[in-house]
Amino acid sequence: MVHEFTCIVCPVGCRLRVDKGGEVSGHKCKRGIVYATEETTHPTRMLTTTVKVNSRVAKRLSVRTSRPIPKAAMFDVMQALATVEARVPVNIHDVIIHNVAGTDVDIIATRRLAT
Amino acid sequence: MTWDIVVIGAGAGGLSAALAAQDDHVKVLVLEREAVLGGILNQCIHNGFGLHEFEEDLTGPEYAERFIDAFHERGIDLRLETTVMGLHETRNGFVVEAFDRRAGKLDIQTRAVILSSGCYERTRGQIRIPGERPAGVMPAGSAQRYLNIEGYLVGKEVFILGSGDIGLIMARRMTLEGATVKGIAEIMPYSNGLTRNIAQCLEDFDIPLYLSHTVTDIRGADRLEGITIEAVDEDFRVIEGTKKDFAVDCLLLSVGLIPDTMVLESLDVKMHPHTRGPKVDHTFHTSVEGLFACGNALHVHDLVDDVSEESRRAGRCAKDYVRKSLGKGETQLELIAGEGIAYTVPSTIDLSRFDDLIRCAFRVKRKAQTATFKLIQDDTVIASRKARFVAPAEMEHIDIGPDDLKGGHAPVTLIMEV
Repeated sequence: MVHEFTCIVCPVGCRLRVDKGGEVSGHKCKRGIVYATEETTHPTRMLTTTVKVNSRVAKRLSVRTSRPIPKAAMFDVMQALATVEARVPVNIHDVIIHNVAGTDVDIIATRRLAT
Repeated sequence: MTWDIVVIGAGAGGLSAALAAQDDHVKVLVLEREAVLGGILNQCIHNGFGLHEFEEDLTGPEYAERFIDAFHERGIDLRLETTVMGLHETRNGFVVEAFDRRAGKLDIQTRAVILSSGCYERTRGQIRIPGERPAGVMPAGSAQRYLNIEGYLVGKEVFILGSGDIGLIMARRMTLEGATVKGIAEIMPYSNGLTRNIAQCLEDFDIPLYLSHTVTDIRGADRLEGITIEAVDEDFRVIEGTKKDFAVDCLLLSVGLIPDTMVLESLDVKMHPHTRGPKVDHTFHTSVEGLFACGNALHVHDLVDDVSEESRRAGRCAKDYVRKSLGKGETQLELIAGEGIAYTVPSTIDLSRFDDLIRCAFRVKRKAQTATFKLIQDDTVIASRKARFVAPAEMEHIDIGPDDLKGGHAPVTLIMEV
């Protein structure tokens, strides 16, 4: 069976094809091969969301997973973050939660909130 | 005190323009209406930014942080929570009429202005959807701000009109936050969003995309209770017997962005009928001497990386204008959007400024698997470029070398051949 899907690594959005032997075609760069192989064996996603924060300028702090998590774990991670409250000052890439929802991945801040 | 350059807005465009414009000899002041720098990037918490600019996959706030750090390191002058009300021409520049939340009204003197005030969203009123007027109908970017900055989820059962990127991003975002997104209707036979957003925001969550459909009724006394969508034909006429009803408490509109040029109202600036931003030459100079424009205030971009790159050139051109006392050139060669091209930015090429890169940004009118873009002057092809998978939703570029312009002052026409 041939898998065909859109590459999401960059804005070009190549149409990738992976044949039954795992051979990738349709890619314009090397990152496309890596993505196509991952997407057919163990799909992962970078999760970006927010957590509550006691800042003067924003009610929510934007965060992301420190690296992509299994696609299937996205809602478990969202659930785990529902009750989290970050405290200012927060620096960019501060770890907000270690090993979130047993994924072995951290939740890190994506912005700086001094006050 | 007179500034050399006042930059209006400290989002991606303004930060990049200010960084390029400021040096030991050029005094730059940035005015920002929010309490923080970064503009719309602060609410664009998803990743996919910076692949061109930094060759990294960053979230919006992370992308902004790179420029904010550089901005603070350089010690560029800044006024936060200061809203520009209008611009007035003086004998040697402008008075910028602004309102500072603490200091009150300010009249700021400057030789040049860079407009980088971003864009605003089209609302329900601008697309004339019939029906009642309940709460729960709002532009998708407003819902994004409510959710990602203010912490309010604006609906539990959601429908989205328009498959532009903000609509797609919000479909995923609200799904992750526990809302049910029942579908997206797109009046065109194809999505106007980036393909990666269709893949990651809709396909991942099995959200249906209704192409060639639009919202034809809105119901609800106080709060939105339901909507109706119907299929449309090639001329966007509703096809009888295609009604689908959805019980929803929220309808998000992702139906287009328009450059925010409100502060230019008192000036006689020539506007571009298609982009709805000011017309500029290839040095980002508008029809008003000393007024430059870049970023989404000039024309709406799909990639912030393009905004940064363009605004950097605009900042550099404004700096040259101030330092070298370069006036706006008398001879402006016209750049025309020909067959298959929706618009070009710039609209003209200033023949006295060949030292600057002449990069033409444009959008095509329709999708094509392969296309050739040709620049034609006096029936001669002076530059061409092949491209694959072109679409109206994805901005294209073509560069013109100074040696390419052999035909003197004759206009240059850009066409797409498929």
